[in-house]
Amino acid sequence: MKDSRAGPRHRGALPNDDIGVETRLEMFRLQVEIRDCEKRAHDLFLQNLVKGTSHLSLGQEAIAAAFGTAMQPGDKSFCTYRGHAHTLARGVGMEKMLGELMLRDIGLMRGKGGSMHLTSVEHGVMGSYAIIGAHLPIACGSAWRAQYLGDGDVSVCFFGDGTTNIGAFHEALNFAAVWKLPVVFVCENNLYMEYTPIADVTAVAHPAADRAAAYGLERIVIDGNDADVVYRTAIAALEKARGGDGPSLIECLTYRHSGHSRADPAKYRPEGELDRWLERDPVKIYRQRLLDFGIAPEEISRIEERSREKVDEATAACKASPPAPEALLTADVYDDGGWAWRN
Amino acid sequence: MAELTYREAVARAIAQEMRRDERVVFLGEDVAKAGGVFKATVGLLEEFGPRRVRDTPISEQAILGAAMGAAMTGLRPIAEIMFSDFMAVCFDYVANEFPKTRYMTNGQLSVPLVVRTGNGGGVRFGAQHSQSIENWSMMIPGLKVVAPSSPIDVIGLMAAAVRDNNPVIFHEHKALYAVKGEVPDGEIVDTLGTAKILRAGKDCTIVALAMMVPRALEAANRLSRDHGIDAEVIDVRCLVPLDTQAILGSVVKTGRLFTVEENPRLCGWGAEIVSIVADEVFWDLDGPCVRITTPHIPLPAADHLEDIALPTADRIVERVSRVMNGD
Ligand SMILES: Cc1ncc(C[n+]2csc(CCOP(=O)(O)OP(=O)(O)O)c2C)c(N)n1
Repeated sequence: MKDSRAGPRHRGALPNDDIGVETRLEMFRLQVEIRDCEKRAHDLFLQNLVKGTSHLSLGQEAIAAAFGTAMQPGDKSFCTYRGHAHTLARGVGMEKMLGELMLRDIGLMRGKGGSMHLTSVEHGVMGSYAIIGAHLPIACGSAWRAQYLGDGDVSVCFFGDGTTNIGAFHEALNFAAVWKLPVVFVCENNLYMEYTPIADVTAVAHPAADRAAAYGLERIVIDGNDADVVYRTAIAALEKARGGDGPSLIECLTYRHSGHSRADPAKYRPEGELDRWLERDPVKIYRQRLLDFGIAPEEISRIEERSREKVDEATAACKASPPAPEALLTADVYDDGGWAWRN
Repeated sequence: MAELTYREAVARAIAQEMRRDERVVFLGEDVAKAGGVFKATVGLLEEFGPRRVRDTPISEQAILGAAMGAAMTGLRPIAEIMFSDFMAVCFDYVANEFPKTRYMTNGQLSVPLVVRTGNGGGVRFGAQHSQSIENWSMMIPGLKVVAPSSPIDVIGLMAAAVRDNNPVIFHEHKALYAVKGEVPDGEIVDTLGTAKILRAGKDCTIVALAMMVPRALEAANRLSRDHGIDAEVIDVRCLVPLDTQAILGSVVKTGRLFTVEENPRLCGWGAEIVSIVADEVFWDLDGPCVRITTPHIPLPAADHLEDIALPTADRIVERVSRVMNGD
């Protein structure tokens, strides 16, 4: 059930509910599964089963879940190294995601990409980009293709607040605006770039929204911890893009509960800041909203239990998977499948 | 058969591929209405319209990023970076994005695009508009790297590049745009990774690229006339894939290797060729392998300084004859 404006109204849904119970349950399920899966990724790291780095988006789940629900199957998403949530939200299985973090054969790229490069073309997950800002112009290109071929899909590009200070952000927005491309830029403003508060290094209070006017775009700042708000905004931006009315830039206010990456204990945060944001934990808020809507507590518990089971099943599958085979080392450098640079 | 300039060959090559395949689109700064700063894309907008031939803002990252996004989702873009020096402004795409996507995604995505760019010196543009940068991209796994020296090669290699499923960096030489050559009518398609032996010879092998090719040919003629040295001249045409067979075969025959490079000496492509030759046919060599290059300097704008910096036919003749005579 994607656009559920006409969705079922039952089990106590308010008569003026524009979102619908099915859609709400879907957004709740995604938020819970993303949360559980990322927590498991952290546990696996502590067991030295996840190597390298990884960047969790604990606290930012509502944005990925709402967009994942609002987007249609053919739509394309582009995300960053902080892309577990966006990848899961497009329907990629947990074992594929965790398997890639564990660099196992079962992983999305069979271990060749690692946590910062999650890609699943069959789900429209067109890559996670580890160089800040690189994917904004790339999303423009995907949107250009949709416009050129009349494919009708929208490209959605997620990035952080820190990204708004890089040249590619500004190039992409101007480019998308003048070419009227079907692309939606989603800034997840979690208040920090890596370790530095965004306010310390940015000339405007709202790093994305305050610059929208420079590209002829509407100023949009929303509560990124409220999945309903994000969902409604997403539907509007996706419709606008699909209707040929060009790009949108959406700034979602949110907060990451943990450090930038696993190496970061986040000591730079002022006292009390985390606690204040934990009160606005998107998963907690949404759970309460479902109860307020009259959804049975058992139904909510079932979603939560099933999520934990799925994480356990995925973990077991990943642990049983062999590491990437050696033949992959030199595979797929060039289109003929190999790596030969000379005849 | 028609006589075409190198710049006309560029437009003809792009038109040939756009006629054949609706997925081929072309974007860059001033490429459409203005026909390109080097006038190499005149007529394309008129024939294919603004949907397929698009002027962009001065946004090198957006140009290459958009080309990549379009390529990996189904189009086959040709993107222009006006002067090759500007490749540094969008080098993330060249170094990190295009070439690594196929590998990192375990073959899920490919990036079939061509970046064409005005490369090289000799036109008094100074240090930031004259560089020969083909070795910048040569060292990156996942890219193909082309640099034609004649109108017919421009067409054939461009066609091959557009039809290739890998990202290709296509270096057009600014100082060659006005050069003319005979080009047959009809579709022309060449093969990447094939060098051309432009002059057969038995005494030594001279390997050159782009603007250095006509200079090497002139030098070879003079070496034969004035010094009795019969040089074989190879136009590499494509650095990746590299036609090592043609080069090794020639060196085995002649026993001597000279490379003529326009780029500054350090880490130039000639060093790679010398290393391959030393590695694989060392016992066939009759003397040292010698690189003729630009010194390790930025290029000056002043006529006489730029002329001294870039290898000339005089310098090639002088160097080859001296080395061949044992001094
Ligand atoms: C071009 C580039 N510069 C620097 C980095 C190192 N880096 C990785 S994440 C990061 C901070 C990004 O902050 P933001 O865009 O707010 O995203 P968030 O991590 O909050 O999701 C930096 C500086 C990088 N990956 N790429």
